[in-house]
Amino acid sequence: MIEIDEITKLYEGTAAVDHVSMTVETGTITVIVGTSGSGKTTLLRMINRLIEPSSGEVRINGESTAALPKHELRRRIGYVIQGDGLFPHYTIAGNIGAVPKLLGWSRDKTRARVDELLDLFSMEPAQFRDRYPAELSGGQQQRVGVARALASRPDLLLMDEPFGALDPIIRARAQADLRHIQRQLGSTIVLVTHDMEEAIHLGDRVAVMDGGKLLQHGTPAEIIAAPATDFVAQMVGGVDRPLRLLSLIPVSDVLEDGAAEGEPIAPDTSLRDALSLCLWRGVEALPVADGDRPLGRVTLATIRARAAELA
Amino acid sequence: MSRSGAIRAACVALLLALVLRPHWFAPVFAPFAPAGGPVIYERASILSLSLSHLGLVALASGLATLVAVGLAILVTRPAGAAFLPLSRTITNIGQTFPPVAVLALAVPALGFGAGPTLVALFLYGLLPIFETAIAGLSTLPPATMEAARGIGLTRWQRLIRVELPLALPVILTGIRLSVVIAIGTATVGSTVAARTLGEVIIAGLLTSNTAFVLQGGVIVGLFAVLVYDALSLLETALTRRLGRQPAGADT
Repeated sequence: MIEIDEITKLYEGTAAVDHVSMTVETGTITVIVGTSGSGKTTLLRMINRLIEPSSGEVRINGESTAALPKHELRRRIGYVIQGDGLFPHYTIAGNIGAVPKLLGWSRDKTRARVDELLDLFSMEPAQFRDRYPAELSGGQQQRVGVARALASRPDLLLMDEPFGALDPIIRARAQADLRHIQRQLGSTIVLVTHDMEEAIHLGDRVAVMDGGKLLQHGTPAEIIAAPATDFVAQMVGGVDRPLRLLSLIPVSDVLEDGAAEGEPIAPDTSLRDALSLCLWRGVEALPVADGDRPLGRVTLATIRARAAELA
Repeated sequence: MSRSGAIRAACVALLLALVLRPHWFAPVFAPFAPAGGPVIYERASILSLSLSHLGLVALASGLATLVAVGLAILVTRPAGAAFLPLSRTITNIGQTFPPVAVLALAVPALGFGAGPTLVALFLYGLLPIFETAIAGLSTLPPATMEAARGIGLTRWQRLIRVELPLALPVILTGIRLSVVIAIGTATVGSTVAARTLGEVIIAGLLTSNTAFVLQGGVIVGLFAVLVYDALSLLETALTRRLGRQPAGADT
């Protein structure tokens, strides 16, 4: 559990981060979202003390981050930044193994961990281990950046706009991978983004910041359904709100018995995507199937009812 | 073999022959020698003069590299930034002061021989290395530096493992310039009795023997060109490895 306690950062008397407190539960993704200048990156960088707080403290599992020398603290916290920040003069294995090497792991243990992570990110170890970052695509570099941050099994992973430099298709894939890997490893992640869509899609909890203040901290559904301020309402995008809410609900939640025409959809498809498909195909209902096994159907009427219920 | 490779091999062969078998070239230089005078310099072996010349250059450039890179590291740290103007002034003076003047001033203090030459070459070589080292160390990719801090490298580890390796190709450019300048300038050292290839040239000038001047000049010139070339190759290889250019790209 990460506890951020009344943390403040002053720059020449102006508060970049103003008395922010929040708690991040172990094994969850918390997304801090805000516009540029909202203080979101400053808040993130105070967690691993890349920026020293002016007042307040951060505790990781009850232990104050001020108790450790900075470099030791940072070795326990994974850190991923936009544009990956890989070491261009290290091989992929060298990059991923950088923190284990600092921690004094044996060569064999590091090598095994590197291969394990490359496998996890669907990159063939034999093919990628000895290559240099410049030889990889943007998406692959980004995955190596995340793998490097995970290498020493850190208590916490901090990500600063990790997908900012990726094009939309690769970005969606990277987000899905991150979600998948986070579930598999049970990692605790704090991620910063300016993209509310990304925040809603990835976050178990979303924290909205503006002008150095934490405006609202809650589940994506809470943030969309009951924005605390006008600014939050604006961030979650007025007219798109019902669609954003629908995007949080899988069709398996509103499944009903019966059959429908057309290509079946998977049970974890969101209601938003199901609605879109209904409109596209010009049908009132879609069949839902888990692979070859039919589960039932979802109808336009149910989606509409569900949206009205949320509003 | 590529065309540049062939030219390179030819230059190396020519230089080796000039250094190891100077007599082969008697017919070539004969037209430039005064009637009845010696064509090929024989008062000392060209090989030993070459080795002593290169040794002086290597020592002076090595020291200049250590001092200039050390200074550049110091002034690119936050704590040392205040020393940047002073360091610039010192290295600039080293460059502006003509080596001949340095020799003249150093002889009373250090006596005749290699000492004054070493001092002159050292001072003359500082500036290019210092300036390129500053350029290299202050233009590192910000994301990489941020990551280096973020994953928990200490200051020292960042310097040794990230900053210096990444700045190396740029620093090498400065070293290359400095070494090439030193190879040429070292000849002047022979005016104060340092053993360099300048001895051949000066002997030629004193006795109006153009053959000696040419013999010494060609050897020094070839050394400069080949060392420049070798260091350029090293730089390209390093740059490529650092991914500043895509690997395998042949431009």
